[in-house]
Amino acid sequence: MNSNNSFLLSIEDLTVSFDGFKAVDALNLFIEKDELRVIIGPNGAGKTTVLDMICGKTQPTTGSIKFKNSELVGLPEHQIVRRGVGRKFQTPSIYENLTVFENLEVSYPKGHSVMGCVAFRRTKEVVDRIHEMAEEISLQDYPDIEGAFLSHGQKQWLEIGMLLMQEPELIMLDEPVAGMSPAEREQTAALIQRICKGRCIIVIDHDMEFVSRIAHKVTVLHLGKILAEGSMEEIQRNPKVIDVYLGH
Amino acid sequence: MKNIYTRVFRGGNGLASFVAVALLLLVVLPCSLDIFRLNLLGKYLTYAFVAVGLVMLWGKAGVLSLGQGVFFGLGGYCMAMFLKLEASDPVSTKIQSTPGIPDFMDWNQLTHLPAFWIPFKSLSFSLCAVILLPTLVAFIIGMAMFKRRVGGVYFAVITQALALILSMGIDSRQGYTGGRNGITDLKTLCGWDIRTHHAQYILYFVTCALLLGAILFSQWLLSGKVGKMLLAIRDREDRVRFSGYDVSMFKVAAFCFAAALSGIGGALFVLQVGFISPSLVGIVPSIEMVIFAAVGGRASLYGAVYGTLLVNTGKSLFSENFPQLWLFAMGGLFIGVVVLFPDGLAGLCDLARKKTGLAIKKLRAGSSSITAPEIAQTIVKGEES
Repeated sequence: MNSNNSFLLSIEDLTVSFDGFKAVDALNLFIEKDELRVIIGPNGAGKTTVLDMICGKTQPTTGSIKFKNSELVGLPEHQIVRRGVGRKFQTPSIYENLTVFENLEVSYPKGHSVMGCVAFRRTKEVVDRIHEMAEEISLQDYPDIEGAFLSHGQKQWLEIGMLLMQEPELIMLDEPVAGMSPAEREQTAALIQRICKGRCIIVIDHDMEFVSRIAHKVTVLHLGKILAEGSMEEIQRNPKVIDVYLGH
Repeated sequence: MKNIYTRVFRGGNGLASFVAVALLLLVVLPCSLDIFRLNLLGKYLTYAFVAVGLVMLWGKAGVLSLGQGVFFGLGGYCMAMFLKLEASDPVSTKIQSTPGIPDFMDWNQLTHLPAFWIPFKSLSFSLCAVILLPTLVAFIIGMAMFKRRVGGVYFAVITQALALILSMGIDSRQGYTGGRNGITDLKTLCGWDIRTHHAQYILYFVTCALLLGAILFSQWLLSGKVGKMLLAIRDREDRVRFSGYDVSMFKVAAFCFAAALSGIGGALFVLQVGFISPSLVGIVPSIEMVIFAAVGGRASLYGAVYGTLLVNTGKSLFSENFPQLWLFAMGGLFIGVVVLFPDGLAGLCDLARKKTGLAIKKLRAGSSSITAPEIAQTIVKGEES
């Protein structure tokens, strides 16, 4: 339980049960810096629940989640975020009534307290950083468009951009390419590969082609347990995985 | 200085809306109404403080409180306690068995001033308490509720219960609070008679000035990051939390701000009307104040003023003629606004402005039909190409 190690994120013996049903069962997961890990698995395997527990949305029943060797379990969500964990939700979760610029501005990691917000000024540093980020997520041409008017794919990118504004060391992306066109998938894959440097990323996805493009290592979850872990080729050859998930 | 100016009056109608309200309150109404009606209006404007607070809390942060009467009442009682002590000097109360204490205490066989009344002999203490006591109560309730993620309907019901508790509490401790009759016969403020027409005029203008100041300050807050945060919390609370913000503290702050404004309103009410009673603290006035904000447009600071004036004027005209129907009319109005015009008067104004704007555009472009979404799309497309 108290093992210190070189992993950026180490999850040990993580279990959560909802009314006796173990959604995640004694899970161990270790992720290194610069790693891009993809978690796949059939519906109800507990993928999203794992992310929920890492970011503090769900409290585990037992187990430990260590990020940079400090425990995250029990911390309130905003504290976990401030330690460098960013989470993108399954459905695009942006502020529809704010512009692209304002969406990114709100995510700028300064002025987190109420008084900090009152005193917050839009300095040149902030503006530059926002423009830089807008460029990164291919939204540089729409700083003044309200979130509601963006296409589905653009909303997904904006949310990724909002995460990146916080400069997190661990990014969790829940189905980032769901509902995207093939061209948008390409762009997203390239974006994820670009932002992977210097941090680690956990992606949940179902699209095997997309997964094989980006994944360094794949973890297959089934009924709250790890079924297999390894490179994409190993996973695709694994008979257990073929049986429960990939199909014949 | 220039920065503050653009923040406060930013947006196409910022300055125009402010000038319109200021002209109405400071010139048009004082010139056209006698002092009786103007004093009545001044009373309504004290409710507008609560409505402006509700715009910040409900319209912007999305937290509905049905207990703002509590803070209005607390502010009012703080002011009334000071005025009552001043009115109860030993000379004018010499016929009492204990001279020098408020008359209702004497009737209730109290022989000395209760300890919590003593600080209210000081004007500066009382004025601070007018703002700080409601803020403190709001802070405690807010911390207890929002830290536990109590929100929505549950929060509304709890605040409503609070209004009931406070009004019943005041009601039942007659010797300490004046009970159901409230605190009455308030006469002077540091020797200045507040019952004269002259004083009523001055108090009316003080109320207007403070109200306009409160609106400008709120506007300033909203124009910065705070405004965006409140909007973000209203729309996507989870996202805000996962951007590293402690959402509960923002709600607590909004609740405290609304409470402080309500407290100021309550104090000004007491100064203009000359009494306060538990009937101004309870559930019915608390809900009425929500209706004022809803009618004016719950997200519009200026709308809150118009909504308050309109509903109250309607109330006094209507209840003069059909007293028994007023409550039904009020209920109908609330349902009507929520169902038909969820953005209230401000929403109707925006709609009218958009329609006329579109009509002008149509005339200029000569095109046959443009709708708002189409325009938004053209903007997006234009920037795409």
